[in-house]
Amino acid sequence: MANGQTVLQIPSSSTGLTARLHPTVLFNICDSFVRRNDQSDRVIGTLLGSISADGTVDIRNSYSVPHNESSDQVAVDIDYHRTMYDLHQRVNPKEVIIGWYSTGAGVSGSSALIQDFYAREVTNPVHLTVDTSFLNEQATIKAYVSTTISLGDRQLAAQFHEIPLDLRMVEAERVGYDVLKKTIVDKLPNDLEGLEATMQGLHALIEDVFKYVDDVVRGQVAPDQTVGRYLMDTMATIPKMSPDAFDKLFNDSIQDLLLVNYLAGLTRTQLCLAEKLNTVAQIL
Amino acid sequence: MAQIGVRSFAQAAASEEVAAPLRSVQIDGLVVLKIIKHCKECSTALVTGQLLGLDIGSVLEVTNCFPFPSRGTEEEDEADADGANYQLEMMRCLREVNVDNNTVGWYQSTLMGSFQTVELIETFMNYQENIRRCVCIIYDPERSGQGVLAMKALKLQDTFMDLYKSNDFTGEKLREKNLTWVDIFEEIPVKISNSALVSSIMAELETDSPVSQGDYDRLVLSTNPFMEKNLEFLIDCMDDLSMEQQKFQYYYRNLSRQQSQQQAWLQKRRADNMARKAAGEEPLPEEDPSNPVFKPIIEPSRLESYLITNQVSNYCDQIKGFSGQSFSKLYLMEGVHKS
Repeated sequence: MANGQTVLQIPSSSTGLTARLHPTVLFNICDSFVRRNDQSDRVIGTLLGSISADGTVDIRNSYSVPHNESSDQVAVDIDYHRTMYDLHQRVNPKEVIIGWYSTGAGVSGSSALIQDFYAREVTNPVHLTVDTSFLNEQATIKAYVSTTISLGDRQLAAQFHEIPLDLRMVEAERVGYDVLKKTIVDKLPNDLEGLEATMQGLHALIEDVFKYVDDVVRGQVAPDQTVGRYLMDTMATIPKMSPDAFDKLFNDSIQDLLLVNYLAGLTRTQLCLAEKLNTVAQIL
Repeated sequence: MAQIGVRSFAQAAASEEVAAPLRSVQIDGLVVLKIIKHCKECSTALVTGQLLGLDIGSVLEVTNCFPFPSRGTEEEDEADADGANYQLEMMRCLREVNVDNNTVGWYQSTLMGSFQTVELIETFMNYQENIRRCVCIIYDPERSGQGVLAMKALKLQDTFMDLYKSNDFTGEKLREKNLTWVDIFEEIPVKISNSALVSSIMAELETDSPVSQGDYDRLVLSTNPFMEKNLEFLIDCMDDLSMEQQKFQYYYRNLSRQQSQQQAWLQKRRADNMARKAAGEEPLPEEDPSNPVFKPIIEPSRLESYLITNQVSNYCDQIKGFSGQSFSKLYLMEGVHKS
């Protein structure tokens, strides 16, 4: 710039950011899309969460914001956005604005305008897109950050870079895909049913391992050393103890449980009895 | 928006008729996740929030919810007004993005299922005043750590509500109504629904991994901390229960003492009257309200002991269910060890 020439500045594309998406946000986006106004094609909204020092953007919450868009202009309800943010702040002050979401595939022309608006709220907002129209017959979820390309002092355009997105499905797994995947679940799985399913899963896994090992021993499958090493590690995690010691431990635990179970049963019986006595006995 | 209007009109019309009994609660997957998120964020403190949805026939649909801010150290009145403002504002905002704008109840987190308190009943009565159908969803973060979705929907039984309104929890009344401690709360079966969109996205995103976090949680062998805590709560409750019992014993002792005093007084009065009759005088009345002996002793309310009983039986159930699980786990462990 020293010689008076204007320089086209295109920043390097790596930003080092990664986004982490929690399933609640995904559900929220889908819900707001389902409930969108008749005439609108997409919904947008604010993403809340936190940015940690190592550049991980944790997207933990969201709310949709009403907006209007025509071919060349976008109107976002800023008042609504502010009010909603204040309300969310009162519940969880740790969640701050980190960006915005929109449904539809990828970045569209008006995205830059909205991105611009959010850039005033937070530096370097994250833009999340969820393709609810299933364009490529799959739900594409992508996260972007933008950088401005400027010619000298003049801003030319915003360039969106895709950043890696990590779906935090642990929470969803806890609830269970069976519950979240179906359109209607008549009955929540109870303790024992869940355990049963898990045990069946475990059993199937062990069977698989047996089969694999047998096949390898018989020479039908080429041995894979990494798998072998993993199997060794797994075996090693089972503590080695003498059968006597194990029996003792096992029986002790069983007896503890039986005792507690008995106590619980006894208490229940006692309750029934006490209740009868309490309401029936009346000194006349 | 028009739809909501029609709905509330329909509801107003329906409220004139006899309401169909509430058979099930249908919760949106979104609500489940939102509740879990809120409860988990403040795992140490108990949190509450509002449920929004629709009341359709015998099904109560819960389609959205929002959390209440946790109570700070503000003045009680101020916090109340603040909370009401927050609620109104939030509902207004949600209505703008076409969320169902109908309160259908509230949710709250609980610690080991210790939710059966007088406060809960009071909140329930408050809600019931404004909306005909309401439901309380209880979520237990602690138990959910064991790989179960510990979520249930509760409502108060109608007979109990009537009794609570009259605030008459004497033994006689309870006998008359045939109300036992089991009849306070009623658990409503929970269904979970998802929109087709969510369901297809989830099907797409489901990980191929054969083991999920839930499986890990369920197979954890160290069950003792949970059990210990449960027993601890049980013991506390038993202490409370015995306190209540003592109250009743005290009452009965007082009552019988009073009755014998009354008898003695009556006999004395009769003897006096006999003497007066013999002397040709007017007999004295056989009742004397000014006498302290006839002052009725107020019977203590049985509500508290009913609630504690409920609580105790809840702990017992939890312990039983949990120990059953642990048995299976231990035998599984034995099997693994042997093979």
